[in-house]
Amino acid sequence: MWKDFPLYPEQASTIAQPVDLLYFFLIAVSAFFALLISVLIVVFASKYRKDRPNASSAHIEGSTMLEVIWTVIPLGLTMIMFVWGTWLFFQQAHMPADALEFTVTGKQWMWKAQHPTGQREINDLHVPIGKACRMTMTSEDVIHSYYIPAFRTKQDVVPGRYSQLWFEATKLGTFDIYCAEYCGTEHSKMGGKVTVMTQTDYEQWLSGGVANETPVQAGERLFTALRCITCHNATSTARGPSLSGQFGKEVKLLSGATVTIDADYVRESILNPAAKTVEGFQAGLMPTYQGQVKEEDILSLIAYLKTFGATAPAAGSAAK
Amino acid sequence: MSSTLLTPPAPAAHASQPAKERTTYLTADYGWKSWLFTVDHKRIAILYLISIMVFFLIGGTFAILMRAELLTPKGDLFEAETYNKLFTMHGVVMIFFFLIPSIPAVLGNFLVPIMIGTKDLAFPKINLLSWYIYVVGGGATLYVAITGGVDTGWTFYAPYSSTYANTNVAAVAIAVFITGFSSILTGLNFIVTIHKMRAPGMTWFRMPLFLWAQYATSLIMMLGTPVLAITVLLLFAERAFHIGVFDPALGGDPVLFQHLFWFYSHPAVYIMILPGMGVVSEIIACFSKKRMFGYHFIAFSSLAIAIFGFVVWGHHMFVSGQSAYAGMVFSFLTMLVAIPSAVKVFNWIATLYKGQVSLETPMLYALGFIGLFTIGGVTGLFLAVMGLDRHVHDTYFVVAHFHYVMVGGMVMAFMGGIHFWWSKMFGRMYPEAMAQFAAVVIFVGFNFTFFPQFILGYMGMPRRYHQYNDEFTVLNVLSSAGATILGSGFLMSICYFIWSFKWGKQAPQNPWGAKGLEWEKAQSPPPTFNFEDGERIVVTEDAYAYTYEESHARTAPEVKK
Repeated sequence: MWKDFPLYPEQASTIAQPVDLLYFFLIAVSAFFALLISVLIVVFASKYRKDRPNASSAHIEGSTMLEVIWTVIPLGLTMIMFVWGTWLFFQQAHMPADALEFTVTGKQWMWKAQHPTGQREINDLHVPIGKACRMTMTSEDVIHSYYIPAFRTKQDVVPGRYSQLWFEATKLGTFDIYCAEYCGTEHSKMGGKVTVMTQTDYEQWLSGGVANETPVQAGERLFTALRCITCHNATSTARGPSLSGQFGKEVKLLSGATVTIDADYVRESILNPAAKTVEGFQAGLMPTYQGQVKEEDILSLIAYLKTFGATAPAAGSAAK
Repeated sequence: MSSTLLTPPAPAAHASQPAKERTTYLTADYGWKSWLFTVDHKRIAILYLISIMVFFLIGGTFAILMRAELLTPKGDLFEAETYNKLFTMHGVVMIFFFLIPSIPAVLGNFLVPIMIGTKDLAFPKINLLSWYIYVVGGGATLYVAITGGVDTGWTFYAPYSSTYANTNVAAVAIAVFITGFSSILTGLNFIVTIHKMRAPGMTWFRMPLFLWAQYATSLIMMLGTPVLAITVLLLFAERAFHIGVFDPALGGDPVLFQHLFWFYSHPAVYIMILPGMGVVSEIIACFSKKRMFGYHFIAFSSLAIAIFGFVVWGHHMFVSGQSAYAGMVFSFLTMLVAIPSAVKVFNWIATLYKGQVSLETPMLYALGFIGLFTIGGVTGLFLAVMGLDRHVHDTYFVVAHFHYVMVGGMVMAFMGGIHFWWSKMFGRMYPEAMAQFAAVVIFVGFNFTFFPQFILGYMGMPRRYHQYNDEFTVLNVLSSAGATILGSGFLMSICYFIWSFKWGKQAPQNPWGAKGLEWEKAQSPPPTFNFEDGERIVVTEDAYAYTYEESHARTAPEVKK
């Protein structure tokens, strides 16, 4: 019967079982207390009912001992939950180094995903089994939330910044993708299916896709097309800092502060260049590219900058 | 004021006989002006009672329409946008216009002055003003509902609300802004009244626990509501004048909105539960005929909840992009809030022990409250535990959780309180058997409606979904069926309450044999200034001294410490 009426979704990622285990622990604790309280109420309400013979009320003001007991025991239990849950969350918040790099862009009301090799999908997603996949996500409009119940994972996708999630699928099949953050009229239709495939099937699927350029190639093309190269080059007279081999490094700003050149900084510098100008360069010289580049272009530029100047850029494994 | 002389505080119940010619606050004056320009806290409480019931029926209608849509997976009854407006208006109306004012503004207004033995609140005119502000805010909201509605969800998350929504967000923002002042003024009034106007002998630790709960609630109202006001004002500014605060396209930060919003709205959750806990404490003591177990612990746990409640808002934002370390701190602090709530539950149950328990309607609601609030509370832990929240956040699990707290908790407490004090408010008894039946119907209907939603949530059904996958159908049908039971329970109650105005038994002064000034010193219903002319209220005993006389009467009392 429980097959037709499951109480938890399929466990299709490495994190699913640990999450369910914690869930069952909390259910056990909750059920215990709910039962204890119900039984006590029923027992007291019948044993000490008003119409029992010689009914009278005992004069009891309280008991410090009991207060301590029912403070300490719940406190201990919640601390176990806290430590366990936080540990689990940090496992999901910590991105594995050797993951496949996907990008996801949310917009009303679709998910646009791009594979490390450049193939694009709308709403649906194909991933290989047994391989960590890391999604770098942003939104073109309002807040969305990328949610795959079978993987027990979810992360808000926020305009103006990048958020990340990762998973490693452990089960072949197709599972639902939802948008979990209310995003307007068609919110409930914003979603698709994630298909988990064997490595071979995945590669075959990729080869059947439209031969797009990889994000790195697209970024390289944009870097020239948008004339970034004009100023950001390695010559001594360059009007902008060279970006070759700079990604992930720290750089000193005009304001004296230092900042790490990461995805968020690159994005900000493209859209709002005057916000954090690198030391030695003139503030306000670079124009904003707001409205001229799409979120997906920026993601490609970032992918390119990660490899730019590094030796032998390997498309598809841009993880630093 | 023609008066039967109130016999000096008779400790025994059923002290006074209703005298036909007695003038009460209800009969002191007639005509609509005597109500709309009244400064009597009891009449203002009645005004609030009528207006929140109007909003409860409107919000309830929205809920029934939503459950009708969700009966089938396809979005076939309403357009998506209509459904989105329904859940938004349901949330806005129920939270801002029913739950927040329910117990404080109705029962609190009626009872706070009587319970501390004074004639009225500290600022009677401000009290009336707060009702007018509420009516203006509520009227504006209804105007929006009629002229097109709003579809942002009651949480108004930016930048959807500030830039993208095509509905009337600005007007609702203003309505919520206005209504906030009603809360602030009520909170202010209660705090000053409780500090300055207690009768001689009514020390802090002789106060009924209802007052402690009201006091803690008032603190939250005064300290939290201004932040909500600022937030919706900034939202309005961004929407109307494109001043970039939240929308990244204008240089704003959407997560900032969530911080500001939840800084108020999480404490507001405690505005929506603490007063209920106060009511339950009164009812449990009365229907156990026993001193409250651990009075001080219950009193201080109210304050602890109010204070801790201000530092846990980030637990709504574990997956919003907030730092994982910030999330960790918020998760930890949230665990601490669970403790005072647990302490209250155990103290209530211990109060039953060796008492004289009877199961009249208010007690049924109070015991129901304990059970449902416990489930609502422990499922809150599921959401406060970060590793689990990543999965259940923004699913039906959350919807089920907060309905267990808000409906299973606050609405049950409100129903219990209204039944408990109905005789005091109107001088009539409600029909007991019918009311007990309705209480059971509501309890059953409630669980049918909301328990399946826990499973739906863990199965992965996101909230605010107009249509859903076929696999969720069975549980949704159960939930919708439960909603009809729940709704008919409420309708039944409303009917017999109205019936009781004319046909209900005349209520004695103290039908429950309860302790407390409102029962022992004030008639049912009380005169305009609550107590008999010239009667000086002096309090000489602790709250809930149900066993006091007995233990003194006997030479060898069974006093346990």
